[in-house]
Amino acid sequence: METLEQFINYFSQNSDYIWVQFYKHFLMAAYGVLLAAIISIPLGILIAKYGKLSSWVLAFGSIIQTIPALGAMAVIMIVMGLGTNTVIVTLILYSILPITQNTYVGMKDVDKTIVEAGFASGMTRFQLLRMVELPLAVSVIMAGLRTALVIGIGITAIGAFVGAGGLGAIILTGTNATDGTPIILAGAIPTALMAIIADLAMGWIERKLQPVKESKTTA
Amino acid sequence: MLEFKNVTKKYDGGKPAVNNLNLKIEKGEFVCFIGPSGCGKTTTMKMVNRLINITEGAILVDGKNIKDQDPVELRRSIGYVIQQIGLMPHMTIKENIVLVGTLLKWSKEEKDERAKELLQLVGLPEEYLDKYPHELSGGQQQRIGVLRALAANPPLILMDEPFGALDPITRDSLQEEFKKLQKELNKTIVFVTHDMDEALKLGDRIVIMKEGEVVQADTPDEILKNPANEFVEEFLGKDRLIQGRPDVTTVGQIMESSPVTVQSGTTLKSAISTMRDKHVDSLLVVDIDNVLKGFIDIEAINLNYKKVIEVQEVMEKDLISVSKDSLLRDTVYKILRRGIKYVPVIDEEKKLVGIVTRATLANLVYDTIWGDGMELAEVANLAE
Repeated sequence: METLEQFINYFSQNSDYIWVQFYKHFLMAAYGVLLAAIISIPLGILIAKYGKLSSWVLAFGSIIQTIPALGAMAVIMIVMGLGTNTVIVTLILYSILPITQNTYVGMKDVDKTIVEAGFASGMTRFQLLRMVELPLAVSVIMAGLRTALVIGIGITAIGAFVGAGGLGAIILTGTNATDGTPIILAGAIPTALMAIIADLAMGWIERKLQPVKESKTTA
Repeated sequence: MLEFKNVTKKYDGGKPAVNNLNLKIEKGEFVCFIGPSGCGKTTTMKMVNRLINITEGAILVDGKNIKDQDPVELRRSIGYVIQQIGLMPHMTIKENIVLVGTLLKWSKEEKDERAKELLQLVGLPEEYLDKYPHELSGGQQQRIGVLRALAANPPLILMDEPFGALDPITRDSLQEEFKKLQKELNKTIVFVTHDMDEALKLGDRIVIMKEGEVVQADTPDEILKNPANEFVEEFLGKDRLIQGRPDVTTVGQIMESSPVTVQSGTTLKSAISTMRDKHVDSLLVVDIDNVLKGFIDIEAINLNYKKVIEVQEVMEKDLISVSKDSLLRDTVYKILRRGIKYVPVIDEEKKLVGIVTRATLANLVYDTIWGDGMELAEVANLAE
């Protein structure tokens, strides 16, 4: 009970600070995923079109995924120095696999006969991508972004070690203080909440982007 | 309209998929390509809109070599329907129908109007325009698939087993609908199928292919009557050949070979006794060499019994005869049309060889319906 009281105390006294860190934390995760998407979605499309590349690219993504985040961040810090940029670069690396893989699967799952029908109707390669393949793959791609964002929020918490701030900084403060449990909770609970909310929100968008829709008259 | 000139398609290292194909298809013609799988029929079709590239030779559409045309423009000017239908699941029926219109940058009004117009062609209500493909039955979806091919009003439409995945009843009605539509709109159709019944029903011409080569290209009637070789016969199947046969049965095959005759020199008196013996009311008159001269019937004998003695004086010389090789269907037509009871059958030298009577025809009908007499005898045996 004592811990809970202290937690509420800390939370109410430092709400502004926590909010600032929450916001910063979210921005880092979002930037990381967004930048990763800019690289990974075209990469996924590319390997879906040229099948031979796919095993190499996906294997490379998996290898990155096996490196502990803390270790990767430390190595990147040597190059990039302290600060948010190091965290964002780490996030990009960790987001490449889920986004690329989902883009690849999404593109591969588009019914070949539909693609053939579009192509034979006189669509150019680009029109085919824009009007058929991407609209049909977009919800699977969104699922990749969702996974990447949830993982990203977790990794960002470690970013405090390289001086990037965020909710991880609050947790770090808590671990260094005597009887710091309430402070740790004040960092950890918002982090968890952010991950859950991000997951729900992305899930909602994903469903909205489902390509097969009901007509308005029957729905 | 569409011409194949020495068209050959070779895939890397292997037998040619299509070998030196030559074919000319007229405007408004409905041509069915048929053959066992791997015979090159689909490859042939896909070369027309350049989904597959030609290795050697040329394909001309309206006299223009397709190689000289932009493939994207070419495909927009040729309708295409596939077995799997391939409607865009994320687009409404309207968007699906006018897909090519969208590619050709039609205005919204043009597209709306065209979609409504086309939907009426297949008798679907206008509400369907805002539905999505998965809300329609398979048959309705393929109707939309056909409309999509018609949208930009292409003179030529390629169809790859379009009705193959539908249930038999839907398939039947769609075939009929489509054949009607094709006649109305005067489209040239290249139709790939493996279903012989479908080809016979729809095609103005059927191109039978085997191992990349055309085995026979002819009208359905000709193919049934004169299959080019054993492969075609086998492909048609026994049942269809029998179906096709009554059309080509010759008189010689079904005639009775021993008609009742009299020599031209016989007396009326002996003619009457022949009639009585054979239970007939009419006799064919022949000379010594069995050459048909005329006929004599009981009425003529009655009228002239007292005036004349020999049959040649009263016989009717004006009679209709048919040759042994003439087609049964023409003979039946003559018998029915002229209301005559029988037709004598003669050979090249006008010699009498047989006769076709109404009873012969009745027997033929009986055999067709009930099978030949053997089966009946078997049934009778079993019953005993």
